Amino acid sequence: MEIGVIFAGFGGQGILLAGKVLARAAMERGFEVTWLPSYGPEMRGGTANCTVVIADEPVGSPIVDSPAVLVAMNEPSLERFAPRVSPGGAIVVNSSLVSQRKERADVKMVFIPMNEIAQELGEPRCANMVALGATAKILGLFPLEAVIAAMEEELGARGREKLLKINRKALQRGYTLVS
Amino acid sequence: MKVLMRGNEAMAEAAIRAGCRCYFCYPITPQGELVEYMARHLPRHGGVFLQAESEVAAINMVYGASAAGVRTMTSSSSPGISLKMEGISYLAGARLPAVIINVMRAGPGLGNIAPAQGDYFQATKGGGHGDYRLIVLAPSTVQEAAELVMLAFDLSDRYRVPAMILADGMLGQMMEPVELPAPIPPEKIPPKPWALTGAKGRAPNVASSFDLDPYRFREILRALWQTYREIEKNEVRWEEYETEDAELVLVAYGTMGRICRTVVRQARKEGLPVGLFRPITLWPFPYEPLRKLAERVPVLLTVELSSGQMWEDVRLSVEGRAKTPFYGELGGVVPTPQEILSEVKKYVR
Amino acid sequence: MSVNVQIPAGYVPVYTRPRSLSEARFTYCPGCHHGIITRLVAEAIDELGIQERTVGVAPVGCAVFLYEFFRCDFAQAAHGRACAVATGIKRANPELIVFTYQGDGDLAAIGTAETVHAANRGENITVIFVNNQVYGMTGGEMAPTTLPGMRTVTTPEGRDVRATGYPLRMSEMLAQLDGPAYITRQAVFDVRHVQMAQKAIIKAFQNQLEGKGFSLVEIVAACPTNLHLPPAEANRWVVEQALKYFPLGDLKVRD
Repeated sequence: MEIGVIFAGFGGQGILLAGKVLARAAMERGFEVTWLPSYGPEMRGGTANCTVVIADEPVGSPIVDSPAVLVAMNEPSLERFAPRVSPGGAIVVNSSLVSQRKERADVKMVFIPMNEIAQELGEPRCANMVALGATAKILGLFPLEAVIAAMEEELGARGREKLLKINRKALQRGYTLVS
Repeated sequence: MKVLMRGNEAMAEAAIRAGCRCYFCYPITPQGELVEYMARHLPRHGGVFLQAESEVAAINMVYGASAAGVRTMTSSSSPGISLKMEGISYLAGARLPAVIINVMRAGPGLGNIAPAQGDYFQATKGGGHGDYRLIVLAPSTVQEAAELVMLAFDLSDRYRVPAMILADGMLGQMMEPVELPAPIPPEKIPPKPWALTGAKGRAPNVASSFDLDPYRFREILRALWQTYREIEKNEVRWEEYETEDAELVLVAYGTMGRICRTVVRQARKEGLPVGLFRPITLWPFPYEPLRKLAERVPVLLTVELSSGQMWEDVRLSVEGRAKTPFYGELGGVVPTPQEILSEVKKYVR
Repeated sequence: MSVNVQIPAGYVPVYTRPRSLSEARFTYCPGCHHGIITRLVAEAIDELGIQERTVGVAPVGCAVFLYEFFRCDFAQAAHGRACAVATGIKRANPELIVFTYQGDGDLAAIGTAETVHAANRGENITVIFVNNQVYGMTGGEMAPTTLPGMRTVTTPEGRDVRATGYPLRMSEMLAQLDGPAYITRQAVFDVRHVQMAQKAIIKAFQNQLEGKGFSLVEIVAACPTNLHLPPAEANRWVVEQALKYFPLGDLKVRD
């Protein structure tokens, strides 16, 4: 088994963090895993993406031809990565910023208004955790608790209790929005 | 316990655990996390972190710290390594141990910051002036990167030859679970009677690569070459994967090595007898093992993120015993397993 | 090679080879000021009793054999990099007393960056800077400190400042920085100035012992060989020509 997940969006949307939390959850659950970021001079405001590969044997390529899941947090990300999603896979779309459309007929399309949900939860920056919750459900590799624990560990010193609480809620919302 | 770490961070932590107590640097992408990690952590271990005014200064600070008998390191990426080459040559000539990490990016010139393997020649065939070699280690996973940094300090001290870790932007940037090697207790680091510690109760020590007398200098270099022969005898490292029944073996190192591992798996799924030969020491290069492989495998396909640099050593190993085609990508573009598999299918079916 | 002198009964030696110097003969040309300056450094090390904890950094230039002259540990640096090498040694082992000894090409041309930044960091090292306005060892080429109109093998018609710029006053530049503790310019063309230079060199080492930071003694020196002058005339040349551009005195003293 080797599953690739691509998170993509604007810099500042917490793309890299969402990927890291997923990678950490997978590691804690005994999977082999790699996390590979795009990197460059566009520290803020540009595009950002990261690839997480989860496997049950050592990961070869951290680059993925056909991801099983794509998280598209903005329009350019959907355009760029949707054609590469493997048939039967899934695309989680941030419908707050991306128009609802059937980009691919052979994959499961999940539309979630992530920005609105984040706003509702009182922390606009937690849209990435909504996306991650949905991704965790689609992957079905481990329970949501594993992702929550990984998020808490990843935020560690940075995470004040209030922020952790909101992120937990965001993960739960995303998780329950996928049928 | 496994921790999730970037390659850059794991290499920095491994250096600290290996007893590195002086680290000199100049910022460059894509190895920034290494510098940042050292800035945060090395002083807590009683070490010296110093951001120098240039790569040239940084490597010469390494020269000074090494001469003073301390385990020392610098790191950079391709353009910065070019600047360090003067100092690396002097380290080699003065027989001072040091570890240099090159997190390669695409060149020549300013190039870009994407992963590439265009510094193979620079690392293994010279780079700086004069008749010298570096021990060159090429990790392909974050785990291996941490282990090879520890090994680099040991080998460099043991042979008094500088050691280079040849990584690339992908390995530096990616995160992977890593089981960090145990720290080396300071008393386990062998003493250095040649170090500049003050000439108290002994004749003065001199760290120098200079001798105007060609006959005396020849003797110095002969001793150096004797050491190089020993290293070639003792320290060749490589990995073979699924080569037993292979009809085509991919030859690749570092990041390309791990990508080719995926290619082997996919090929095997399709019933293609494909294996992988991954040099871990680029110098000394595993000529002999590769030659043996060429006696029973008809095709050795070299894959590199370059226009074919290690390829020359592969052909030197094989000496016509097998076909030695090449597949490379340029400019920081990393080929996907599918693309390499398509290339493989030109030779086996 | 050593010279053994029998001291007759009743006589007391008042002038001997400094203990910090080895038996090796200097390789400097006759009349060259390097010989005096090298000896002054050895005397300073003797005076302060620090020979067994001193590490020198030898340059590339006329003083390239410095490590053979001294009876203390030495590192041979690449051309211009002495201040970076000294930084590495001192940071690795702050107990050591570390000095560099560099010419004008080494310190003020190829090694400008290393010098300025070591000074700016206030690196606790001692720098001896021999400014003789010429590249001596390589055959008398123009140095960054070569005087306007001065003939060298690469300025056969005399240094044209419009084409090659002006003599670099390194000490004045460094004295502008907050980092250094002590920047001074001295000379050794007569006994009085030799004595003053000696005091300055001792102070530069004393500063290091007291942890005061970067101390540099520039010495305006003569290179009779490349000036094509007899030693006495070369001395006069220093006074009449070089000191006009490089006035003597303390440029920075931080207490």
